[in-house]
Amino acid sequence: MTAALIIIIFLYMLSSAAYLGFFMMQNKILQPIAYSVLMGGFLLHTGLMGYQYVQIGQMPVQNLHQTLSFAAWALAGVYLLLRYRFHLKILGAYTAPLTTLMMIVAFCVPQTTETPSTILNSIWLIIHVAIIFIGEAALALAGGTGGLYLLQEHAIKTKNTRFFFKRLPSLEFLDSAGYMFIITGFTLLTVGLITGFIYAEKVWGKIWSWDPKEIWSVITWLIYAALLHERLVAGWRGRRAAIMAIIGFAALIFTFFGVNFFLEGHHNEFTRW
Amino acid sequence: MNLPDGNRQAPKPQAVSPASLEIILIGVNHRTAPVELREKLGFTAEETESLLTTLRKLSFIQEVLLVSTCNRVEVLITTDQPKTAREMLSSYIAEWKSIPASKLESAVYVYSGNDAIRHVFRVTASLDSMMLGEPQILGQVKAAYRSAVETKTAGVILNRLLHKAFSIAKRVRKETGIGGHAVSISYAAIELAKKIFDSLADKSVLMVGAGEMAELAVEHLIRSHHSGNIFVANRTFSMAVELAGRFNGTPLRFEEIHEALPSVDIIVSSTGAPDYVIRRDHVKPIMRRRKNRPLFFIDIAVPRDIDPAINRIPNAYLYDIDDLQGVIDENIKIRHKESVAAERIIDEGVIRFRNWYENLDVVPTIVALREKLHAIAAAELNKTLHSLDLSEAEQEALKKMTEAMVKKMLHDPTMFLKNPGSHRNKSAYLDLTRNLFKLDDEIE
Repeated sequence: MTAALIIIIFLYMLSSAAYLGFFMMQNKILQPIAYSVLMGGFLLHTGLMGYQYVQIGQMPVQNLHQTLSFAAWALAGVYLLLRYRFHLKILGAYTAPLTTLMMIVAFCVPQTTETPSTILNSIWLIIHVAIIFIGEAALALAGGTGGLYLLQEHAIKTKNTRFFFKRLPSLEFLDSAGYMFIITGFTLLTVGLITGFIYAEKVWGKIWSWDPKEIWSVITWLIYAALLHERLVAGWRGRRAAIMAIIGFAALIFTFFGVNFFLEGHHNEFTRW
Repeated sequence: MNLPDGNRQAPKPQAVSPASLEIILIGVNHRTAPVELREKLGFTAEETESLLTTLRKLSFIQEVLLVSTCNRVEVLITTDQPKTAREMLSSYIAEWKSIPASKLESAVYVYSGNDAIRHVFRVTASLDSMMLGEPQILGQVKAAYRSAVETKTAGVILNRLLHKAFSIAKRVRKETGIGGHAVSISYAAIELAKKIFDSLADKSVLMVGAGEMAELAVEHLIRSHHSGNIFVANRTFSMAVELAGRFNGTPLRFEEIHEALPSVDIIVSSTGAPDYVIRRDHVKPIMRRRKNRPLFFIDIAVPRDIDPAINRIPNAYLYDIDDLQGVIDENIKIRHKESVAAERIIDEGVIRFRNWYENLDVVPTIVALREKLHAIAAAELNKTLHSLDLSEAEQEALKKMTEAMVKKMLHDPTMFLKNPGSHRNKSAYLDLTRNLFKLDDEIE
């Protein structure tokens, strides 16, 4: 298990290095290498999670280690899937290192498996977790795309056409790709929250229990809802949309980690060591 | 290639061995000669042909080619008397153009051998151009080569040299970024627009005023598969109508500019107005109506037409003539960096050409031919001997027979290559032999 984990991290690191090299040196050969290595890491990662599922008979999201690993897996997977749709090759220079970082953190936190509790064994939970994580991966990509947008916009505004200008795609493209990521992520987040409520209703008999993670999830959801609303109504695109995507992503990260450490709640037992 | 049947297509007879011919290039370019001299030296197409024909008649010139552009005039020859050629050629051209020889002498450069080969490759690949990487020079060298072929003054060596130069130029363009970054105002503007908009195809353009650079920018835009609307505004409405007709667009009165702003995406301005034509207050309120779709202003006018404060409005981008020049300067630096890789490709080409050229001699060709036939014979003999059960003596007899056959077969071609007759072109036959028997495989 540990050996497989180390190989996965190594592959993600290799892919990150190749993506960063592709970004810096603009060497076209590096891009397909980076993509293939990321794909290799992802497939191995999928295998590992399948193995864990069979072993414990439940989704491997029992502790922080597994949760992080699952999130990294979803991020790599969503990127690999969407790359062809959007030709956003350069986003790999953001996705691969982020995936690597999450895996390294996952590797460092304790891997003690708790005795699986029966309340976690429900189809609703599987759907809830899987959909939320995939949605969050799309929103993480939206945050990254927003960052690239700001870099490119800054380059054009300040008339510095040397570095980012040459390497990044057009503003309009980054903006519409980011928008698509947000629509995808937001939709999945919404469905994920609803399935979460259904699950809560089944297990605890009430859909809402003022759990901090619930509250923060809804706050995050509202940020993205506001962003989409403003875009449709007032035409919030470009810079503002990019900043909002980054703020939304920050809220998402807090919901994911911060809540676990600073606040108490029923999500804790499987997101905190 | 030339067919070596002694017809008129073949260049002048050569008693000398082709590899002892020297490739010499003499010329002037924008670095060595001022424009006054270059314009006097320029050759029209007709003049080129008559000069080529005349030069070819000189006893020391075997092949000749002339490149004449506004930045360079160069004569490329192959000669068996390099010393005479060096001395005579420039004074000959000075005389032809009625320029004092001394005046030309000081501006002329002469290259021979590898230096001449390298120079031809560098010129064709646009490494020697005033604007590094500009694409026209390849076409100009091709045209020069075409006239040399038509006047039958290019033979085996120049044919090969020029074809190599063309393929190297293509490789340089493909493998390095030497021609990749915009170095003119109009292209720089398009390059910027492509980093703001995903696709220019459906974008509306407003052209304010007129002027060569603005018109060029709009033309380049149309050529990049543009199908959006084009509006042309001018203080003189008739002028707007005329330009709009040219771009297949809609003419606007000057007062209508501000009404057009919400619906256009790219504004190219080039008026003679002393003050700003479009101000921040005009643009700020329309951004909401545009749903913040990006707006790109290109201000080519001096004094400027567009309020620089517009660049601070979110989703509006403004580049004036100095900004565009800054982009160009940056791109030129990149081209210079890329030229290092291009020089490497050229060095490689020079070595390859040199190899071919040195082999284009009687002895190496005969040796290569003999080796090839012997190798084939030996391989076949080996196969046969393995499949038969022969005695020592029988094997020996077979060996002797094959060797005798090869020798006999080689005899006539060898004799012919050594002396094809004084009226025939030796290098053409050598080249044909090398091609016919594929003797250049290893060096290609």
